[in-house]
Amino acid sequence: MERLSETDSLFFHRSDALQTLIRTEKLSKIYPNGTFANKSVDFSVLEGEIHGLVGENGAGKTTLMKMLYGEEQPSAGRILIDEKPVSLASEFAAIKAGIGMVHQHFMLVPSLTAAENLVLGKEPKRARTRTFDVEAAARITEELSARYNLPVIARARVADLSVSMRQKLEILKALYRGARILILDEPTAVLTPQETEELFVELKALKQQGKTIIFISHKLKEIFQLCDRVTVMRDGRLIASHRVADVDIHQISNEMVGREVRFEITRPSMAPGERVLDVRGLAFVDDFAIPKLKNVSFSLRKNEILGVVGVDGNGQSELVEIITGTQKALAGTVRVHGVDITNRPPSVIRRSGIAHIAEDRMTVGTALPASIEQNLLADRYWSRQFSTKGGFLKRREMSAYSGTLVREYDIRCNSAHQPVASLSGGNMQKVVIAREFTANASILIIAQPTRGVDIGAIEYIHSKIMEMRSAGKAILLVSSDLQEVMGLSDSLVVMHQGEIVAYFPDASRVTDKELGLYMLGLKRQSEDEIRKVLHE
Amino acid sequence: MNSIRRFFVDRESLAPALVTLFAAVFSLLAGIVLIFIVSKQPLQSVQNFLLAPFLRSYNFYYLLIVMVPITFTGLALCVVYQLRYMSLIVDASLYVGAVVATAIGTQISLPAGIHPAVAMLAAGLVGGLIGLLPAILKIRWRANELVSSLMLNYVFYFLGSFIILYYLRDRSQTILSSLPFKRTFLLPRLVPNTQLHVGFLIAAAFVALVTIFLYRTRWGYEIRITGANPRFAMYAGIPVTTVVLYAHFISGFLGGVGGAVEMSGLYRAFIWQMDPSYAWDGVIVAMLARRNPKFVPVSALFLAYLRVGADFMSRRGDVAFEFITLLQGLIILILASDRIVNYFKERRLRKQVLKSQGESR
Amino acid sequence: MINFILGVVTSANYWFIVLRSTAPILLVTLGAVITAQAGIMNMALEGSMLWAALVGVIASSATGNAWIGLLAGVGVSVLVALVLGFFALKLDANAVLSGVALNLVATGGTVFVLFSLTGDKGISSSLPSKVLPALTIPLVKDIPWIGKVISGQNIIVYIAALSVVFVDFILRRFTIGRRIRATGENIEAAKAAGIDPVRIKFFALIVSGVLAGLAGCFLSMGYTSNFTSGIAAGRGYVANAAQVVAGGTAVGSIFAAMLFGLMDAMATYLQNIGLMPELIQALPYAVTILGFVVVTFVRDRREAERKRRLFASSTMKKENVGGM
Repeated sequence: MERLSETDSLFFHRSDALQTLIRTEKLSKIYPNGTFANKSVDFSVLEGEIHGLVGENGAGKTTLMKMLYGEEQPSAGRILIDEKPVSLASEFAAIKAGIGMVHQHFMLVPSLTAAENLVLGKEPKRARTRTFDVEAAARITEELSARYNLPVIARARVADLSVSMRQKLEILKALYRGARILILDEPTAVLTPQETEELFVELKALKQQGKTIIFISHKLKEIFQLCDRVTVMRDGRLIASHRVADVDIHQISNEMVGREVRFEITRPSMAPGERVLDVRGLAFVDDFAIPKLKNVSFSLRKNEILGVVGVDGNGQSELVEIITGTQKALAGTVRVHGVDITNRPPSVIRRSGIAHIAEDRMTVGTALPASIEQNLLADRYWSRQFSTKGGFLKRREMSAYSGTLVREYDIRCNSAHQPVASLSGGNMQKVVIAREFTANASILIIAQPTRGVDIGAIEYIHSKIMEMRSAGKAILLVSSDLQEVMGLSDSLVVMHQGEIVAYFPDASRVTDKELGLYMLGLKRQSEDEIRKVLHE
Repeated sequence: MNSIRRFFVDRESLAPALVTLFAAVFSLLAGIVLIFIVSKQPLQSVQNFLLAPFLRSYNFYYLLIVMVPITFTGLALCVVYQLRYMSLIVDASLYVGAVVATAIGTQISLPAGIHPAVAMLAAGLVGGLIGLLPAILKIRWRANELVSSLMLNYVFYFLGSFIILYYLRDRSQTILSSLPFKRTFLLPRLVPNTQLHVGFLIAAAFVALVTIFLYRTRWGYEIRITGANPRFAMYAGIPVTTVVLYAHFISGFLGGVGGAVEMSGLYRAFIWQMDPSYAWDGVIVAMLARRNPKFVPVSALFLAYLRVGADFMSRRGDVAFEFITLLQGLIILILASDRIVNYFKERRLRKQVLKSQGESR
Repeated sequence: MINFILGVVTSANYWFIVLRSTAPILLVTLGAVITAQAGIMNMALEGSMLWAALVGVIASSATGNAWIGLLAGVGVSVLVALVLGFFALKLDANAVLSGVALNLVATGGTVFVLFSLTGDKGISSSLPSKVLPALTIPLVKDIPWIGKVISGQNIIVYIAALSVVFVDFILRRFTIGRRIRATGENIEAAKAAGIDPVRIKFFALIVSGVLAGLAGCFLSMGYTSNFTSGIAAGRGYVANAAQVVAGGTAVGSIFAAMLFGLMDAMATYLQNIGLMPELIQALPYAVTILGFVVVTFVRDRREAERKRRLFASSTMKKENVGGM
């Protein structure tokens, strides 16, 4: 199949009348940690089109784009613009070559104003003194904003701007630098559906003005709404390129995962048991003094998976951090079996019966330079099973135990003594899950369990979560993958701007469309309905 | 045997070892070049520099004696570096430890054997408390521990010499010296008619103790995990603040004991006219040992070899002893440069890419 | 004792010495500020000062011209900063560790060079080095008390004062200042905007090298008239703590440096009357740490207070909306 699609894309080059603006030849990238992110990729984009780039997490989309934007250097292969080979040694070189990039994590300086960010690197100066011209910067921003119909507040500090406005500012930044090619890396991940539609209108308008756009996403629906052509990547390889009009969503999704996508999760019906976790009136303010949680209350019961739904950044992360003790609440209480654990350190919270799969396994969930064994035992090395009374480690027990977990949780590695950093994303996550699911906790706080994990591992993780539910655990599940939360959860709460705005006791009786309205803050249940989640 | 073979086959561990060796050889070569630049009789000086321990038996024993304090500071810094902290407060711990030992060695009467042991314990405790300060400043007020420790080193140096001058000074001496130590305070000689003292064995014992502590006990495990990723350690329920504090206490304790061992082993009174700055030697010892206490004796031997050579050469020629400090700086510079360490790794990766591309065609 | 101190702090001579003691620490603090703002800690300031102090003395005695000495001193100080940049930015070395290593090279190297040239180790008195001139300011010198404090200082003291304005302009008025702040605050954002953070950091390092060079030359060619081993006495380290006290601004540096200067000058005085010099010499370092702690404490308090207020106002807003 692969071979066939390669000829497909070759065929395209010859027959299409539009001119190729940018293409890559046998582009490869291998990172110093050994990750083979791009394997001999031949990618091409035609002038004036919106080109979708799709693939699962870890398929190599972002790496490819980073090479096009000069952030990473290819290990082999070359890049051509207008059929002339170019060397994109830095972002600066890419900007000069007419490439602009809107990153997933915005590249803005929070303490500077929108205007100062926009002109950063290409600043207007006062003619006489050669000093920075604040007025001119604001003027430029307002003019550009009007010309491309992308509204931003020029004089506000970026820290005070909304996410969608920051994104518009990023697009304007690229345009200010004369970008012909705009790369948008999963721009919709942080947007509400309404904001996404607004963005699409704006992008189509940019195309009318002659801009070429590369749109990265793993949401196929968006590709079919917006793009002219689409390229599929998998495992670091370019699988195929198509005209969107010529293919359907099934073919693309097959190419993405290499087999049929199945999102059916088998879930035995089960009545929830007694309350084990009570959260009442939690409040939190972040470092930029933005309130992230306002009076959040809910209860969690045995044998229950309570899903937390919301657009990223509406307080879900902070909620998890406070419950698990890595962040301090400003107000409110967290009780486990009636015992107050609010703002206690994680060591105390863990011993009270809470296990936690952290949303970021690279910086929180694991210690990358430490061995698999050290990672697996980090929360229980002190127990009598692994330490003598005198504090000496029982090294034989430790290695036998970690060997068992490695086998049981199918962690693919050469030995339990190799560093976690050398594992793939899926296997790293299995290390985290192996530890947390064997922690003997009554409550599991699970955040983004399958982010950046390959499809095989996803199914495995989902089945493990269901197993935990059957075993009588109380589970709080936070995920930005709406299908995942809806499929796994018994009941759902929706968070919007730090508040719970809806509670659905039966997750199977709500549609994603309806959830969307609550996620955007367009709808809100009555206080009485929301209070039902307290189960009092 | 097997593990030795694995060491050489496994490039992951070979590369850093090569860099360490490279740093050592490079510093020796740089030293020789410098000697040729400034010395009027370079060959003689180079010979003195490189062969000192073998030219005189005095030098050989001197080498072993020099190893003692830098083993203590090297161990102390291994503990701190395992945490990925950079505090250099062990300098103050050692200096004040020596002062405390002086006080006990001159003011208190105890039976032989017990006398130096009590002094070491007291010096260790005081050194440990001093070791806590930069950690507290960092945890509570986010003060860079390297900066604060260097400044505290000045404070404690002045404080220590104040105590010697005003409370323990021997006024009958013309040079600055404390009162003479009581006989019971002095450590016995290991080899008669040399200065090699029992402190050498004490240092060796501490190497074993610290190795066991870091790699075989739960507290060492906590330190290593916290160093590998403090956010993970906290998340996993390790009491990170406590870990950081006791690691620093232990580090300072080692420094304090080192100061006391120096006093009771080598001297008859406190006669340091300035701060001996063994902490800087400890930095190199710990870095060359790649923060593993097991390798501290090897790297301490190497550094002592450099020092003794430089000392011998400077007394017999026209090259200043301080050039050793310069070489030490160069060693740290090389060891601190990730790019050099990663050079081997990156080259291997590039080969791998080319190979796999050949396969895919 | 109290009377003595009161007498001291009201005397013009004391304040004259305060300014003199503040100047070198102010210069290096400004250097630490600009590099910290660019997101790189210049730990090698100490080494820069040491080399500048030595080379200034050597060059001025070789040429008989103090200005050439100053030029050479500043040059070598910048060189040290560039070497730090090379290791930290080009070889990916840990910046703090390589800075410390360079200081070690400087500590040993300056004595080594001095010995190789003169056969002396501790002090450069055998070199006929020159001293930078003091300036008498017309008009100001005739103002009672103030004239005695401000006029007649070494030229570097005035240069230090001008440097505050200079660094303030760099950071706040010129485009490079915004690029420096962007680099320090969000290096990825700076890169994405086409700014080369390595160049920005090198620029900051060079400026800090010049400032440390001026400070180092002042120590051996103004403050005293010789190079002595370890003449920088940890000022390079103090500067990195004072930088935090200064809150990362040029104007704040004045206060941070004054803290050290006041104590340093007091130590000079109290030493003269034979009052436990060892304890008093520890004062400048102890007080800087104390200043650091106090400033951070106050800042944290204020931040917590701000958060609390913001939170209160935001919940109040919500209640009002609910009420309507």
